[in-house]
Amino acid sequence: MLLIHCPYCDETLPELEFTYAGEAHIARPANPSEASDEDWEKFLFIRTNARGPHFERWRHIHGCGRFFNALRDTVSDKFLATYRAGAPRPDLDSVKKAAE
Amino acid sequence: MTIDTLTPGVIAQTSAATVSLLPLLARFSLRVGETERAALAKAIGLDLPLKTGARAKAGGVEVLCLGPDEWVLITDDAPRLRDACAGIQRQAPHSLVEISDRELSFLIEGPKAAELLTLGCPRNIDRIADGEGRRTVFDGATVILWRDGANRFRFDVSRSFAPHIVALLETGCAELGAEYSD
Repeated sequence: MLLIHCPYCDETLPELEFTYAGEAHIARPANPSEASDEDWEKFLFIRTNARGPHFERWRHIHGCGRFFNALRDTVSDKFLATYRAGAPRPDLDSVKKAAE
Repeated sequence: MTIDTLTPGVIAQTSAATVSLLPLLARFSLRVGETERAALAKAIGLDLPLKTGARAKAGGVEVLCLGPDEWVLITDDAPRLRDACAGIQRQAPHSLVEISDRELSFLIEGPKAAELLTLGCPRNIDRIADGEGRRTVFDGATVILWRDGANRFRFDVSRSFAPHIVALLETGCAELGAEYSD
């Protein structure tokens, strides 16, 4: 079972308390009616499908209920970092170094 | 299994643990932002704990912090709490919702109470200190766990999940009772 650190509860807890919520840092176009069909398609459907470190959203659904962001390696399934929603992306290199 | 929600009493009992249904009580869910928090605390009459899982009790109101802006309150005087919060709704907007009927509360106690909970709860129960509480998961259902002592827990379960959870606790009580003779 994966152990995930919730940045709001500040506890490392079993995966069963959490739920996955898609890729992180996808901004909705500020004015959807002005977005082109391609841009809108990109926003709705096109995801990176990364092999390796992936920025993604998780929700502590059976706990504090908060959405937060995580950096997970999709190959090893290892969580490199978790951080609060709205916080900027952590620097990949320094996170990797800290995880080693 | 069926639970008679109006008749509190023992549901399962072995040498390992006892599970009993607690009488109905008044429960509220409080959501309030950082800027209005102090005004709410004053109206309710106790400081709202800020750390997830922390609890406080004063003047007949018991409160558990579930998340950064969410608390559950148990009170023996619901009208007073409702009026106190309604009185400051304009100055300090918040959401106070009565959820008394949403959940059933059980008391789990006995020498193996903590072990009984590990049957459905993936979390390390020992990491929840006495006098704290958490919202967590028990065999797929969200539950609110109040730890009142080393071997004494209160356990709030959504009523639709209660028959399933209670059946599991009954089985667990019997199983732990069979291997525990002291």
